[in-house]
Amino acid sequence: MAYDFRNSPTIDQVGIEERVARFNTRSIKKGSKVQALKLALNMIDLTTLEGKDTEGKVIQMCYKAMHPHIALPDLPTTAAVCVYPTMVKTAKDALKGSQVKVASVSTAFPSGNSTMQIKLLDTKFALDNGADEIDMVISRGEFLKGNYNFVFDEIAAIKDLTHKYNARLKVIFETGEISTLDNVRRASDIAIYAGADFIKTSTGKIGVAATMPVTLVMLDAIKDYYYKTGIMVGMKPAGGISTAKGALQYLVMLHETVGSAWLDNKWFRFGASSLANDLILQLEKEAKGVYYSKDYISVD
Amino acid sequence: MRSKTKQKMAKKEAKKLEYFTDWKYAPSPEATDHIRLQKQYELFINGKFVKPNSGKYFDTINPATEEKISSIAEANDKDVDTAVKAARGAYDKTWSKMPAKERAKYIYRIARLIQERARELSVIETMDGGKSIRESRDIDVPLAANHFFYYAGWADKLEYAFPNRHPKSLGVAGQVIPWNFPLLMAAWKIAPALATGNTVVLKPAETTSLTALKLAEIIQESGLPDGVVNIITGHGPVGASMVNHKDINKIAFTGSTNVGKWIQKAIAGTDKKLTLELGGKAANIIFEDAPINQAVEGIVNGIFFNQGHVCCAGSRLFVQESVADEVIRKLKDRLETLIVGDPLDKNTDIGAINSKMQLNKINEYLKIGVNDGAEMYQSSCSIPKKGFFVRPTLFLNTSQSHRISQEEIFGPVLAVQTFRTIEEVIEKANNIPYGLSAGVWTDKGSRIFNMTSKLRAGVVWANTYNKFDPTSPFGGYKESGFGREGGLHGLMPYLKF
Repeated sequence: MAYDFRNSPTIDQVGIEERVARFNTRSIKKGSKVQALKLALNMIDLTTLEGKDTEGKVIQMCYKAMHPHIALPDLPTTAAVCVYPTMVKTAKDALKGSQVKVASVSTAFPSGNSTMQIKLLDTKFALDNGADEIDMVISRGEFLKGNYNFVFDEIAAIKDLTHKYNARLKVIFETGEISTLDNVRRASDIAIYAGADFIKTSTGKIGVAATMPVTLVMLDAIKDYYYKTGIMVGMKPAGGISTAKGALQYLVMLHETVGSAWLDNKWFRFGASSLANDLILQLEKEAKGVYYSKDYISVD
Repeated sequence: MRSKTKQKMAKKEAKKLEYFTDWKYAPSPEATDHIRLQKQYELFINGKFVKPNSGKYFDTINPATEEKISSIAEANDKDVDTAVKAARGAYDKTWSKMPAKERAKYIYRIARLIQERARELSVIETMDGGKSIRESRDIDVPLAANHFFYYAGWADKLEYAFPNRHPKSLGVAGQVIPWNFPLLMAAWKIAPALATGNTVVLKPAETTSLTALKLAEIIQESGLPDGVVNIITGHGPVGASMVNHKDINKIAFTGSTNVGKWIQKAIAGTDKKLTLELGGKAANIIFEDAPINQAVEGIVNGIFFNQGHVCCAGSRLFVQESVADEVIRKLKDRLETLIVGDPLDKNTDIGAINSKMQLNKINEYLKIGVNDGAEMYQSSCSIPKKGFFVRPTLFLNTSQSHRISQEEIFGPVLAVQTFRTIEEVIEKANNIPYGLSAGVWTDKGSRIFNMTSKLRAGVVWANTYNKFDPTSPFGGYKESGFGREGGLHGLMPYLKF
């Protein structure tokens, strides 16, 4: 399908912020709150992306992903763990027999400043080690220079590779760097038309990570593509979402923008490390009526 | 059952979004146990609550439950006369002589008291009028307080507002307000009148007297000198009696165009000053380069805000044909996510229609629209069995010649037309006796300025809709009235130079 990305729909920032404010006035209580907290937990890509990551750290996190909180045995697992390519094998082994997927960042994460050849090798290494999902980054420099075809081709090339392995591709824009909502919309269109299975806000490596306005713009792009083609694309806000309240606001936005089909970890993920424990804290509160000390909740 | 039919529909039209889910927002009603309402409310005249001369009372009901809330005094000519005399006395003896900066202090105090009692006021506004608690809490009550704050600031600066024109107060202002924004309209009327040194006799609409009477309590508490503000309740004849009263210097009316015309005739030949803020049938215009997803929100906010009981509601939608299919499809989907029901529930988007009478009128227009051949589309939401409710409604394929495109419905009903060129849409937007407001949605700044200069409307919103601020003047052209409320302009109708 021919599509000129310079003609992506324009975004009115004030309108976006007002819409977000409306989502945030929704009051989610009682049964609907418990249901949403569990859903949010089930949508987490539990993440560790640090220079100091070790096999030990990854194994511990994988156990947490499978057993979020032993005191509440009927909790779901997280959706996935998200690690560097070198940790994929460790995670894969640690998660054997569970539903939890392994996502690997790639393409010279987080900057994306490398050659295509290296990006492909980076991705292939993760896939060969068993990654179920690839979280690639776009070349923000090329994007800001207006080389949209370059960005498109890069995504399409990685998509070819992930497709061969039957892995799903998430495309990270680093929205804090591309800055405007118009750019976010354009990047969304490029990634979606190039074959992204998921579009994702941020690496979590710079100051400004996922925000609700940015996520709403991306969800609108997903919605518009669905209207045109009937094809669903997933959404992953990442970084900066650490509270249960915030997560529920995202779910309200998701529900009221693209609808109930997306209320599933096949189509929506939270990229987060500390969110899980706040969700657990709130679930404990709903179950027992009082807040627990955080010392009762494990920190892997 | 419902989900099955929906699934069938989804198969037929594969790209339709689906909002049905077992994840429902649990009811989240605002508490009402802190609300203290009397069984019976009297007239507020000369700083005291007094029984009406007629001895008659009428019921005020909650339009969402049809249950009686309280009894309200019905004033008659004698009560009007007493109230006007009280206002005149207060004007002559205290208010016109008081230094302006002292006047300002009282107005500030009223503003602060409204803020202190914001929760109570918003709950009562919702119970008595049917609007959603989200709107009365986030819009009506804060804006009402802001109007008092804003005009308090002007009280001692009138000489600077109108340099070398020596502004003087008029005397007694008779103010008649509608039921769609009861407390907010009272604030719009009272605040500038007090700031300019006038005294007031105000009549709220008969279906929504409660927050005005609560405001009377606040005014008592503020220590405002007796008689400066008098609030009398009752039906149409009370307003008529005020209009005809010989000792009123100024009439300010917000309401229907028919009544406005009658008032203008009634005061012809007198030296009463007049401001009228009347009906509207605003064009909300979507150009092809508009931010479409935000425009859809603007359309929803334009027509469904306050159940469409808004004189400046964007009730005529004009969509450029190149994007019409997209906009209408998105609008239909958006309708599915609007929550209609208990106005006290914090998640409710669209509350109850204000009265049985208004409900009948809206339903009558729905029939007219269908009979005239327009295509009606309604949200599939369920509405409560009891109470006055209407599903959010679109009429597609309408033309300028349809009655539903010409007459003010004052309900959640949107008439949708398409257009091709800018000249065509300007001509059609202006082709109406009203001229209160309009909306323009485009990414192009130059087009916005072009449109604002050509649209015959008092307020033109660009890439937004239904935004109000005390600092911004509001008012109409043509049969939508004259005179401005809000901003520096809002001082003028209460001054002579």
